Amino acid sequence: MTIFEKSVKGRKAYSLPEFDIPDVEIDIPEHLKRKEKANLPEVYEVEVVRHYTELEKKNFSVDVGFYPLGSCTMKYNPKINEDMSALFRWLHPYQPEETIQGALELMYDLKEKLLEITGTDDMTLIPSAGAHGELTGMLIIRTYHLDRGDTKRDKVIVPDSAHGTNPASAAMAGFKVIELKSSDEGLVDLEELEKHLDDTVAAIMLTNPNTLGYFERDIEKIAKMAHDVGALLYYDGANLNAIMGKARPGDMGFDVVHLNLHKTFSTPHGMGGPGSGPIGVKEHLKDFLPVPVVRKDGDKYYLDYDLPKSIGMVRAFYGNFGVLVKAYTYILTMGKDGLTKASELAVLNANYLKALLREVYSAAYDEDGKRPCMHEFVLDGSKLLKETGVKTLDVAKRLLDLGFHAPTVYFPLIVPEALMIEPTETESKETLEAFAAAMKQIVKEAHENPQILKEAPKNTPVRRLDEATASRKPVVRWQKQ
Amino acid sequence: MKKYPYLPHTEEDIKEMLKAIGVESIDDLFVDVPKTISPEKLNLPESMDELTVRKIVEGLAKKNKFLNEMKVFLGAGIYYRYIPAVVYHMASKPNFVTAYTPYQAEVSQGTLQALFEYQTMICELTGMEVTNASMYDGASALAEAMLMAVRISKKPKVLLSEAIHPEYKKTVETYVKPQGIEVEYFAYDKETGQVDIEDLKKKLDDKVGGVAVAYPNFFGIVEDLKAIKELLPEKVPFVVAADPIALAILEPPAKFGADIVVGEGQALGNFPELGGPGFGFFSTNMKHVRTMPGRLIGKTKDVDGKTGYVMILQTREQHIRRSKATSNICSNHAHSAVMAAIYMSTMGKEGLVEVAERSAKAAHYLAKRLEEKGFSLAFKGPFLFEFVFNAGQDYEEKWHKLAERGILGPLPLSRFYADMKDKALAATTELTTKEDIEALLEAIA
Repeated sequence: MTIFEKSVKGRKAYSLPEFDIPDVEIDIPEHLKRKEKANLPEVYEVEVVRHYTELEKKNFSVDVGFYPLGSCTMKYNPKINEDMSALFRWLHPYQPEETIQGALELMYDLKEKLLEITGTDDMTLIPSAGAHGELTGMLIIRTYHLDRGDTKRDKVIVPDSAHGTNPASAAMAGFKVIELKSSDEGLVDLEELEKHLDDTVAAIMLTNPNTLGYFERDIEKIAKMAHDVGALLYYDGANLNAIMGKARPGDMGFDVVHLNLHKTFSTPHGMGGPGSGPIGVKEHLKDFLPVPVVRKDGDKYYLDYDLPKSIGMVRAFYGNFGVLVKAYTYILTMGKDGLTKASELAVLNANYLKALLREVYSAAYDEDGKRPCMHEFVLDGSKLLKETGVKTLDVAKRLLDLGFHAPTVYFPLIVPEALMIEPTETESKETLEAFAAAMKQIVKEAHENPQILKEAPKNTPVRRLDEATASRKPVVRWQKQ
Repeated sequence: MKKYPYLPHTEEDIKEMLKAIGVESIDDLFVDVPKTISPEKLNLPESMDELTVRKIVEGLAKKNKFLNEMKVFLGAGIYYRYIPAVVYHMASKPNFVTAYTPYQAEVSQGTLQALFEYQTMICELTGMEVTNASMYDGASALAEAMLMAVRISKKPKVLLSEAIHPEYKKTVETYVKPQGIEVEYFAYDKETGQVDIEDLKKKLDDKVGGVAVAYPNFFGIVEDLKAIKELLPEKVPFVVAADPIALAILEPPAKFGADIVVGEGQALGNFPELGGPGFGFFSTNMKHVRTMPGRLIGKTKDVDGKTGYVMILQTREQHIRRSKATSNICSNHAHSAVMAAIYMSTMGKEGLVEVAERSAKAAHYLAKRLEEKGFSLAFKGPFLFEFVFNAGQDYEEKWHKLAERGILGPLPLSRFYADMKDKALAATTELTTKEDIEALLEAIA
């Protein structure tokens, strides 16, 4: 039942203090005054608590259990992060700088630490999400080329295994997108790349490790090829969790590096956001960062708006500061040793789970099942479909019944019936074994009694939903019957 | 081996796992990473225990002055409003905080229904037919609205009111220019602070594919949406950037024919947090829904006929449409939007009106008292809870001194306008008291 249906005229859930301000007339023209109040619910406080508690119970979350969504890095979100962020709730962005020195220092120090982790020279913490960072990065690249008088670079190369946001962000920044076919190893095909590279290419966007979970081992060669024709290299940070302390995008030759603090740095995903997508850049791109940039002068911290070549502003204020505090807390907690260990164990967990599933599923671009992956791997569900008629979607739904969240499905697009699995480092051996056992049970069911899978899920708050009708005849708000 | 509270692996675990994988060491799994790019070690501090981390971050927190220990007259897009305890307690529930995007609808009904209700509440405030599941903030929402306006009109220029928040204007420019869209501004009337109707008329040529105003505008003045809409050719989308609390007492933009209504939602139960995260709300009408950016939740039924909610019209979005998507947006500000829904459920039909009216009464009383003290208002147009007054040439200096005395004074407009050195933008909310107002008057007189 919706909160609107629980509404009873005359109930209220709030109280305000006695109003001591003398009555003064508010002179608004009659036609601009609201005639009919917005129909918000009228409930009392207990109803608010019960309603949202009831809703919350219908959600799966990292706190509930294993959430192996590939490319989403659903690691544990430490509780201390939340408490530390709450300390900074009551700050206004336009307070005099001398009254927010602690907040600015935190941003500055976070930036310094992220520069070290990524191997870049300067950074903006403003973008609010990964895609927002991608757009910011693409605009920096665009402005850089134009500033050099290089006006013919209107193309961006994106592998066919890339996240959908990559081509969408490049297009939003005004570029044409060239899709690059992957090699038969699931990597960037150097010969293909060579064909597309010329002086009209502004940038190549890469995820490394890529979305198949493989590290682009020719990355230095790719960087050289790009730079030789004057193009820049953009790093999609979705998969940084595989390489902290092991390799730095800046050292690989990337010019622009994006991070997802809500993935790699443990800030929670909050049902889809808010996140934070800082962008690190190499020296030659510093001048183009969005404003303001946090800087230090002596022992004072300040916001620098004086970047005449800046791409401008990508949103109001300074980014998702509340999220930055959480990432900062995490980096302090883990330290260099803990971050490196996190990446090592994320890779270990992925390889272990892949090994456990070897007998029932084959991983994409991995004929003998022995190819090491990084922090995630992609299973190919086409054999199961052919043999049993069971789709990856059915497998995903059955997993929900068995108490797990499903992996990312049908992505990357180049793997048929894909299941993309990222266990993260915060899951134990026993959890991985339990998940593998569930997957094996499902494969067995597919052969013996596929109906169970076709009808799954059965133990969830609702069962499979009619998405087609929902999009064909959209009902997008509650209305009184 | 050093142990970390978030990492479960024992030495024995690691040994067994490596054996099952068939490699000798963890390093063997990193064979594809060229040695040439492996750093010796990161130049970062070692890991720390929780108490030490707490002390460091608390130390940084102490180096700030917080709104709840000051008398606050700062607004300009972020507002110091009361947030009932029930709002953040409910929003902090772990299955709201640590869930992902509701890709598996069957185990995400909490998220989906909460967002569906959020969409409904924002539709109630804006009067529009459909609201998406949130954008990053008000500024980027306005930028996306201008891109959508151009998708609808297929014309190469957008017209914005000068009296829109300066950072919103800059954000719009950053977003639209790379797509070859021109941005032009129409003036505000220096006397009233409202849109200069003559200037708008002059600038409305055939190239214009979208017109935007703020409601109230950056100076707190309530624009006459009726007069503006009457000027616009039928095919030119009318975009309104609105304050959600003001909408509790102002006629909704839909009544004046707005095509897209956006705004910053922080004032709806979200903490100021140095400006983020709040969220952007984004509303339009059903005839334009397919060209709207962002995630959208719809109501449907499951195979047993039970009511449920799903993400709909996903073919607009980047994960399906890639470079042809209506926007690149993927992660949004769902949690902030749900927090707003909890706030709106708590304040309800009467509470939001009461908050808006109290805020407005405080502003009008402050304006009256300022006039009594010899200050004059900069504009004659109607306002609610923000207004500009002539604070004197030395105001900016004075403003820093006010902060030392525990008063976050009205924003010096020299921050944004070279020719407004003597002007300040004052904001009041339901938290403003008579005592606060008298303290401010005494300090700046």
